[in-house]
Amino acid sequence: MAAGDFQVQLISPSEFAKEKIQALQEYALLVGQSLANLFRRPLYVTDMIQQADLIGVGSLPIVILTGGFTGAVLALNSASTLSRFGSLTLIAQLVSVGMVTELGPVITGLMVAGRNASGMASELGSMTVTEQIDAMRALGTDPSKKLVTPRLVATVIMLFFLTIISDLLGLVGGNMVSTLLLGLDSRQYWTSAWQSLVWRDVTTGLIKPVLFGFVISTVGCYFGMSTRGGTQGVGRSTTQAVVVASVLILVVDFFVTKLLIALLGYR
Amino acid sequence: MPAPTLPLETPATEKRQPSGDAIRFENVSLAFDDKRVLEGVSFCLAHGETKALFGVAGSGKSTLLKLALGLIKPDSGHIYVLGEEITQMSENDLFKLRGRIGMVFQESALFDSFTVRENVAFRLIEDGDVSEEEIERRVREALSFVELEHTLDMFPSELSGGMRRRVAIARAIITQPEVILYDSPTGGLDPVTSTTIVELIVKQRDVYKTSSLMVTHRLQDAFIMATHYFNRKANKMFPLAAGARCEVPMAFLILREGKVIFDGDIEELAKTKDEYIREYIS
Repeated sequence: MAAGDFQVQLISPSEFAKEKIQALQEYALLVGQSLANLFRRPLYVTDMIQQADLIGVGSLPIVILTGGFTGAVLALNSASTLSRFGSLTLIAQLVSVGMVTELGPVITGLMVAGRNASGMASELGSMTVTEQIDAMRALGTDPSKKLVTPRLVATVIMLFFLTIISDLLGLVGGNMVSTLLLGLDSRQYWTSAWQSLVWRDVTTGLIKPVLFGFVISTVGCYFGMSTRGGTQGVGRSTTQAVVVASVLILVVDFFVTKLLIALLGYR
Repeated sequence: MPAPTLPLETPATEKRQPSGDAIRFENVSLAFDDKRVLEGVSFCLAHGETKALFGVAGSGKSTLLKLALGLIKPDSGHIYVLGEEITQMSENDLFKLRGRIGMVFQESALFDSFTVRENVAFRLIEDGDVSEEEIERRVREALSFVELEHTLDMFPSELSGGMRRRVAIARAIITQPEVILYDSPTGGLDPVTSTTIVELIVKQRDVYKTSSLMVTHRLQDAFIMATHYFNRKANKMFPLAAGARCEVPMAFLILREGKVIFDGDIEELAKTKDEYIREYIS
């Protein structure tokens, strides 16, 4: 093959299906193992705290910014529609319910997926291609206990709190637009925002980050631990981790919302 | 269970050699997708023996070491390590067995987010039964064995290739394993540094009589090991007298296309009539 030649290798549909099913199987095994590790010694609490710092505290700036601006743009966009019906005062309720039930968890999940799923995939991928994972196993340490489970626990816990912060900042952003640009009363805004929320909204809004955190960490770790092909493989795993985690967040969001509506009813 | 506290500088001649083989492969075969990597491989590594494993790139040498450590499973055949069959052993049981085996990986495989101290002490820290003072003492001993005590607080990225390889050796020997596996310990190193690494391996072999299986591309490394011994008083490697044999038995294993084509000592290697082997060693 001369320099500059480019070859496209087609694989049969059955081979493609086999690959995907095998990937799904390996993902399921990784998930099962990392959950089972929660009930086995040792627990690597120090690693969990370290990961919580990297994932939680490290993601705080982007979560604050995205939460604030999401709330602000939500208020801005809805203002023109609501004012047509003389219902501008409903902005607070719209921002509040929208942020808490949907936008807060999803936008925060997507931001954390972009930042941390890629970080996990690249870190674990680099360790895989440089045989550090094999070395860990050779030294008698289970990589899923030491590397995967701490990341799973840290991401689930931190995303829960990051979502709460994002929701709050979204409300703040909506408040700033409402009061500074639309001339609404700040006290009225906060009162409406608070009163419009029901337990159903809060439950929905806090179950989602737990599931999203699970998706982000397991997908990031799966792609990292299954990296092949040197530095190119690490790059590929990093990209795939972000894409798959982001898409899965949206898919899970749909099904969880549907399920919670079925269980808890509409507002 | 805490690792044995035999000081590194005390020779292991007082240790009783267990019976049986350290490693035994029986008709082991392995393929990745459609590519046959190993086919019907059978050999033994006796206790206290050192065996050098040769073969061209892709002949299955590193794969063989990973099979011996249980990192991958064969498609067929049986593998016995320190008297236990590991072919169907679970990962949890293998973790316990691996405490008795040390491995030096091809590119050292040091944990790059840990310091040298943390890398070398890794197994002792994970065991959880060893005190901080004892860990510090044994880390210093292991690093002094490879003459790198001054690198305790450095990160692997700050070390040269040869230094990383020596730290990897320190990490492998800190728990006084019964078997050490070396995967191309001198690969990618200059001749001077390679000789330093070989000297350390000879030192480990002669002082502690540890069973070793060493994958290497460099024939000269294996020949140096077969024709030299380590003098503890002088703390240096010296050539054996003409006609003298190594105190520790040294053998050679050659792989070709996944099959064992030679398994014997240096004299048998020199007398072989196989054209491929003669061309390989010439």
